[in-house]
Amino acid sequence: MSLDRRTTLKWMFAAAAAVPSLSALAYTPEPFARDVAKDQAGYGTDPDLVKEWQPGGPWPLTLGVAARLTTAALCDLIIPADDHSPAASSVGVVEFIDEWISAPYPQQRADREVILPGLQWIEAESQKRFSKAFAALDQAQKEAIANDVCSPAKAAPEFAAATKFFARFRDLTAGGFYTTPVGMKDIGYVGNVSLERFDGPPKAVLKKVGLA
Amino acid sequence: MSLISAAEADKNSYDVVIVGSGAAGGQTAYTLTMDGARVLMLEAGRNYIPATETPMLRTNGEAPLRGSGTPEKPFGFWDATIDGGWQVPGEPYTSDSDDPARQFVWWRARMLGGRTNHWGRISLRNGPYDFKPYTRDGLGFDWPIGYEDLAPYYDKVEMLIGVYGSNEGLENTPNSPPGVLLPPPKPRVSDLLIQQRARKLDIPAIAGHRAVMTTTLDHKRLPQLLHPGNTKAQQILAADMQKRSACIFATPCGRGCSIRANYQSTTVHLPPAMDTGNLDIVTDAMVRAVTKRADGSAEGVIYIDRKTGAEHRVKARIVVLAASALESVRILLNSGVANGSGKVGKYIMDTVGANFSGQVPLLENLPLHNEDGVDGLHLYTPWWLYKQQLAGKLGFARGYHFEFGGGRLMPGMGTAAGLEWLNGGTYGKKFKEEARRYYGSFVGFAGRGEMIPNDDCYAELDPKVKDKFGIPVLRFFWKWSQHELGQAAHMQKTAAEIIDAMGGRYSTPPQTGDKAIKQGGIIIHEVGGAIMGSDPAKSVTNSYGQSWEMKNLFITDGATLPSNADKNPTLTIMALAWRASDYMLGLMKRKEL
Repeated sequence: MSLDRRTTLKWMFAAAAAVPSLSALAYTPEPFARDVAKDQAGYGTDPDLVKEWQPGGPWPLTLGVAARLTTAALCDLIIPADDHSPAASSVGVVEFIDEWISAPYPQQRADREVILPGLQWIEAESQKRFSKAFAALDQAQKEAIANDVCSPAKAAPEFAAATKFFARFRDLTAGGFYTTPVGMKDIGYVGNVSLERFDGPPKAVLKKVGLA
Repeated sequence: MSLISAAEADKNSYDVVIVGSGAAGGQTAYTLTMDGARVLMLEAGRNYIPATETPMLRTNGEAPLRGSGTPEKPFGFWDATIDGGWQVPGEPYTSDSDDPARQFVWWRARMLGGRTNHWGRISLRNGPYDFKPYTRDGLGFDWPIGYEDLAPYYDKVEMLIGVYGSNEGLENTPNSPPGVLLPPPKPRVSDLLIQQRARKLDIPAIAGHRAVMTTTLDHKRLPQLLHPGNTKAQQILAADMQKRSACIFATPCGRGCSIRANYQSTTVHLPPAMDTGNLDIVTDAMVRAVTKRADGSAEGVIYIDRKTGAEHRVKARIVVLAASALESVRILLNSGVANGSGKVGKYIMDTVGANFSGQVPLLENLPLHNEDGVDGLHLYTPWWLYKQQLAGKLGFARGYHFEFGGGRLMPGMGTAAGLEWLNGGTYGKKFKEEARRYYGSFVGFAGRGEMIPNDDCYAELDPKVKDKFGIPVLRFFWKWSQHELGQAAHMQKTAAEIIDAMGGRYSTPPQTGDKAIKQGGIIIHEVGGAIMGSDPAKSVTNSYGQSWEMKNLFITDGATLPSNADKNPTLTIMALAWRASDYMLGLMKRKEL
């Protein structure tokens, strides 16, 4: 929980500092994302399963400031705050996605090849349509872009690559979010507590399914 | 007794040296030391201490990559496996073919207790048919023993390790005697729905059998039944049983269990064996070969100390290979012993595996409740088409069972992922609503079936490749027969029928066998390679795992299994190891070895 609060504060500062000067980002030397070192080690075959782990611990994070802002805006478009839980970026999902696409494993490296160009596509599309950074768009403008790429069955052929990106990004956002304490609570996971005995489903559950 | 260094072991003498510390090595060491034999156990991996190393109650959100599997931790970050997986750095194996369908993949672990630390704990007895498959359908090989020979040892193992289940009296699905099994956990709602709908298709669903303690063990009754007349063994076991807690119905078993509520060699077999004072263990000890005395009997083994690279030799009256089926095969081939039959490496089998899953609208938006339970196999479906199969109506000769389940389990990277086939692809508040709606509404069926041994599935030494210790590695040959492919197709087709009967749906239809079947080795039930038999010309050992040629060389792991019934092999391996150990004790007492 302290991690989440720390993350939140960090992001508030980052956002406050960075949003007004987004147009200047193109002239800053910071890359969209730093490279993952070719010889970057993973956590190994015998990692410590008792210690605390955090994104950026086992391998460096690589997203630049602009990429993180885009990531945060897109995460929150997919999982915004509602009556059940806060938005994805407020509980560390941006740092998780950064950890994921910065990891030295084959699946994550393959995802990096989808996610980074996808984020850059989102930015380019946002500039093309609205002459603004994606994070600076209003909700309707963000939805205008998302509606073109959120559904594999409905997307136009020119959005095929962006649609593939969006689907993968949505899965990462969902996995990142629903594994947090607030995400688990939102989705209705009430396990992971020590019990004296396991009673099975309550009557109300059996009734609803037609088994009682 | 204790964990000792290789240098210390050099100075000692032992009755028995055991290679391996998993289900087979653990059971062998337990039985031998409880009856007074002095045993040295060699483990290729590091020491492992479940009490302090198990990530109990930790969430996926606390793990790197939310706990997802990687090549370094293939079953996920919290999985108990250490220095293991499909590939072990510096310890390769090779394949004869570039075609994945002709390849075998080999899961290993390098840790005390081996794969028992993370296994699924499914503990099914072979039935009477499973010992005489050749007699029944003319394929494969009969065992040199029958169910009645192994039944008392199944009883013992179940009482020792703690197995829950029920007795249903179904065909070729043996009951355990009264007072042996622990009560099964209550079924989850998805289990009950599957049971209700499968019944309409004449498919049974009964309590699973797993090595998980749903209650504490009866430490007053069981030690006397397990060790009659051996007061010391009874006392040691009674004391140890009281240190094992019942399941807390949280934390997936694959992480291992710090409270010792499930079976792993490190929490069940080794602690009492160590308490006898008769067991020494050397870890990081990679065995290269069995050595031979001038009279042709086994002298001991050569092993390499992983930490120093130094080679050590140990001698004993009896050498036991329990290194896992294929590692034991590799040691035999590298030793050039016990292979007068030419059968070492032959008849390698895995379990046939095909999965199928669907989504069930009836299970959507259920009232919140805790479904963690005992993690796996609250109910399962034993093979039910024996008669149709024997009549030749199925097109494949052997059976399978279904391991199935669903539930509102701890969220991971699969949670709310890939919903496009159900909702078209959404985002925003609608996506969050749908994540809640679909969570816990999926059911999965894992068909697990019997593979028939064949001449195309075997291992030999690779003529060129060696591991980092300079030890030649195994090269695998693999080919499924039509029996396995037909079975895999039947698994998916039947699972789809059950999902249909639940009013469910699936994203892709059932596939043909060649597409449905998992690659050889993926189910991690590899057995065979040094099969037992009654003819020394056609088998490597007798029914006690005793080499026909080296009377003081025994194999107590899955290498000796001459068939691989759909029943997951670990319980049978332990029962065979106990029986073999009793035989060894008899030989030593009678000074025949």
